[in-house]
Amino acid sequence: MQQIINFLIRNKTFLLFLLLFCVSLFFTFQSHSYHKSKFINSANFLSGGVYESVNGIGQYFNLREENQQLLEENNRLKSLLFNEEDTFNGLSTLDSTFTNRFDLTPAQVSKNSYSATNNYLTINKGERDSIRQDFGVITSNGIVGIIDNTSNKYARVLSILNTNSRVNAQLKNTNHFGTLKWDGVSPKVIQLTDIQGLAKVTIGDTVTTSGNSTIFPKNILVGEVISFKLNETEDVYNINVKLFNDMTNIGHVYVIKNRDAKEISILNNPDE
Amino acid sequence: MNNVITTNIVRFIVLVLAQTLVLNNINFLGYINPYIYILFVILFPIKNNRMLFIFLSFLLGLCIDLFLDSGGVHAAACVTIAYIRPLILKFSFGMIYEHQTIKFSSTEFGQRLTYFAIITFIHHLLLFSLEIFNTSKILLILKKSLFSGIFTILLCLLITVLFSQKRK
Repeated sequence: MQQIINFLIRNKTFLLFLLLFCVSLFFTFQSHSYHKSKFINSANFLSGGVYESVNGIGQYFNLREENQQLLEENNRLKSLLFNEEDTFNGLSTLDSTFTNRFDLTPAQVSKNSYSATNNYLTINKGERDSIRQDFGVITSNGIVGIIDNTSNKYARVLSILNTNSRVNAQLKNTNHFGTLKWDGVSPKVIQLTDIQGLAKVTIGDTVTTSGNSTIFPKNILVGEVISFKLNETEDVYNINVKLFNDMTNIGHVYVIKNRDAKEISILNNPDE
Repeated sequence: MNNVITTNIVRFIVLVLAQTLVLNNINFLGYINPYIYILFVILFPIKNNRMLFIFLSFLLGLCIDLFLDSGGVHAAACVTIAYIRPLILKFSFGMIYEHQTIKFSSTEFGQRLTYFAIITFIHHLLLFSLEIFNTSKILLILKKSLFSGIFTILLCLLITVLFSQKRK
């Protein structure tokens, strides 16, 4: 017993080092799996607050571009509205349960990163604005990511520029769907995998979300195909997709809530 | 003594804020960022309580992780360099370190550069290997550590020169 205690006292520095190193490794491995990094994330009171107050200053530098983007979006929505009578014949308003499936909440990005391999964003809306885990986040140009952690006032977004992120997407004109992943190389290009080899892919094709998951509605823009090749067994395509969104410069975002998410997930997993 | 404690507390806070709010948004050539917060570990007084030093380094890394959403990679890298610092000190400063009287501002430039470089590269290698965590991307890890490391060393040397106390 004496010897054990002596050993502990003699090696106390090394043991402390080992302990702290293991703790940090534990945090690291936890952050590699989705939904598990509960303790160390920037959606807390301290870092969220610091980021928001600093972002309050930084926001002014991008005002011109932000205005331009909002103007373009307004323009697009207005043209949809004015042309609606011709194209839809008012049909879209008939089914009110369908049109109200998704709620949108505007939010401001207070921290963005794109140079690491696992990137996250922090936005200034949280649980008190009824934002929860697994809500989708988009801008007017395309998808950004999925909410992965929330605090009272802030939420953390798992960016699509994260090697752990998986989003369901499809080719717009063929309806073949696959999975969006990121290989960690360029913040402008992500990879669309698992598209059936039967599908006709051409460079310049638009990729959109598929609506198969409960997170994103159908037809949210993702990007366009810049190159593609069949995998070794020649049954699925690996496609490089250039994002429409400039992930390095994101200001305003929208958080999407799917009202039917619970119902759909219960239907798919009746055991839970 | 009180002065030393205050200096280190201020240094801790300033370095964390500077790192997270300014330096992590540089993204030079898309991915090169300096990590100058390790200056806290580099410049920590040599006569110290080693347990406290290691714990403070862990805290520093954890603070950075908290802001950057990186899990625990910075904490792991920081704890390691704090633990092996005495070895590196002995290697780069030799006998002077044994007497525990060195002041960083009064050492030779070459020795200081070796010391900074060894600590920085060990830190960066560990940091990026844990962050990327993929053996097939070992080239990316080495590339990132090399370029970020050079950037970090340059900035650290500049900062220590700029902020060193003037001697009469």
